Amino acid sequence: MPEVRYVKAIADALAEEMARDERVIVLGEDVGAPGGTFGATRGLYQQFGKERVRDTPISETAIVGAAIGAAVAGLRPVVEVMFMDFIATCWDQVVNQMAKMRYMFGGQVRLPLVVRTHTGAGLNAGPQHSGSLEAWAVHVPGLKVVMPATPADAKGLLKAAIRDDNPVLVLENKTLYAMKGEVPAGEHVTPLGRAEVRRGGSDVTIVALSRMVGEALRAAETVAAEGISAEVIDPRTLAPLDRDTILASVAKTGRLVVAHEAWAPCGVGAEIIALAAEHRGAPRVPRGASEGGGVWGAMSGPPTLMVRRVTPPHTPVPFSPPMEKLWLPDAARIAAAVREVMG
Amino acid sequence: MYAGMVRVRSFEERVRELFAGGRIPGFTHTSIGQEAIAVGVATALAEDDYVLSTHRGHGHLVAKGGSLRGLMAELYGKATGICHGKGGSMHIADVSVGYLGANGVLASGCVVAPGVGLAIKRRGSAQVVLTFFGDGAANRGPFHEGVNMAALWKLPVLFLCENNRWASTTAHALSTAGGSIAARAAGYGIPGESADGNDVLAVWDAVSRAAERARRGDGPSLIEAHTIRWVGHFEGDAQLYRSKDEVAEGRQKDPIARLRASLEALGLLDEAHAARIHEAVAGEIEDAVAYAEASPLPAPDDALTDLFVHYPWRE
Repeated sequence: MPEVRYVKAIADALAEEMARDERVIVLGEDVGAPGGTFGATRGLYQQFGKERVRDTPISETAIVGAAIGAAVAGLRPVVEVMFMDFIATCWDQVVNQMAKMRYMFGGQVRLPLVVRTHTGAGLNAGPQHSGSLEAWAVHVPGLKVVMPATPADAKGLLKAAIRDDNPVLVLENKTLYAMKGEVPAGEHVTPLGRAEVRRGGSDVTIVALSRMVGEALRAAETVAAEGISAEVIDPRTLAPLDRDTILASVAKTGRLVVAHEAWAPCGVGAEIIALAAEHRGAPRVPRGASEGGGVWGAMSGPPTLMVRRVTPPHTPVPFSPPMEKLWLPDAARIAAAVREVMG
Repeated sequence: MYAGMVRVRSFEERVRELFAGGRIPGFTHTSIGQEAIAVGVATALAEDDYVLSTHRGHGHLVAKGGSLRGLMAELYGKATGICHGKGGSMHIADVSVGYLGANGVLASGCVVAPGVGLAIKRRGSAQVVLTFFGDGAANRGPFHEGVNMAALWKLPVLFLCENNRWASTTAHALSTAGGSIAARAAGYGIPGESADGNDVLAVWDAVSRAAERARRGDGPSLIEAHTIRWVGHFEGDAQLYRSKDEVAEGRQKDPIARLRASLEALGLLDEAHAARIHEAVAGEIEDAVAYAEASPLPAPDDALTDLFVHYPWRE
């Protein structure tokens, strides 16, 4: 399989989908001739022209609002919001319009649109340019949310998102843009809502998001040398979450470590731990477990469930390198959490 | 036009009664006194043109040709409502007549409209999209972002401000610097026009010219239609913040009486004809009420539908 950089995988996915379906258009700040802040739309303007690849004013509310209007009226827009921190400026469009419109109009409209935005600390970008705000989005009904951790998924999930008839937020970690990885040649679509077991194991389950997937794999390697068998799960899609894969693993291990760059309170890790606690002791995961809250059938005897969260301190992302290094979770901290749950 | 305005007024008056009588749950905002704008707009636009509306949007939908039965049933929260009871008064939509939705968050239509305009432009049709917003909403950021984008890209969008003098319960003068909203158009290099929103022909004329311009590919226009809200911000509003004189002024400028006087002077309407119109409209409204009354409530678990187009994870 060819090795492709994460950022190129995104550009390839966009180009392929634009060639496949002329309803697909791209809107955002600097996405045109410049090719995007990080190069994720490079070449599109030249290939598809200014009508389909539009540089916008610095107007996040209008960018996302226009995507909603365009989607309702039959296009399939893909918009870029330059940093996820800035999504706060257009959050009304995301939460009150995009997420609610189909529901509140009784299913009369479809919103096939994608919002791509960048998360992630580690580039000394400081407090307003480093956020991972996926928990905000996952909290809201009506949105699908994906966080690709590899070039293959960056391509496959984006293609699936563009083909989906619902609004999808694609959260790309900007520190992964330079990452190289194998991407299957030809048509490659990663279905939404399916987790990937990145490493099999039997003692402890590590669920890691985005950049933390790589850190979790390194941590698993470290603890393997100590005789601990860690299973690493990358949910890939956070909404709808592939509960079945996570619950099946936790049912096997009884130990769960979650790792992400978002803050701990009410984060996706907290949600995954709550899910595991609600379903503790289930002998197997029946079909349909992915829906609904704590409703569950017959339980077997409850084994212990040990959990830990690996998350940053509850502060904004600091600018200066030594402080940011402390702030950002890493493989060593995930390994430490694994040792704790192993008792 | 006369029948259209009578239909909007009668619908809204009936809604007020039904709300007061406890038949309609929730919150509701009526547009009594503002009928000339809804009908002037709907008459100037073509059937396949789009509108985006506001929390005070019943009249816009009635004028655009939406089903009275479906709308009334929606206000009742019935399963047969246009949004199956999921939206209610402030979140109605009827895509079949190009009414892409009311909006509970003010000025949101100003940013959604450019996207609809973009889709129209891509498909190369002669359609336009008009977004209604109030004078209060003109002070929200989306107004600026949306007008700028539509002007920049010369999109077929009409921005129609219904200036009814009140931003909820705060007077226009206390919320809006510079006074004129139409004058803001100059900053975007687009036509801005102030129209008498109590004169249906003036609204029709201004919107017709703006629509023609947009269809030619010359881009958006901003129209500020001045009117008077006869009723409170919401049903049940005691309106202690304004003088009774203003409501009296509104009644004196009643757009329906005004058109009727003009039509009578021209010999185009007489007492008997007007009576037939009122009677026919009353029949339509009572039919809608009867339909809503007779319709079933939604099953509680209908609440779990219409969120996504597909639910593969349920299969």
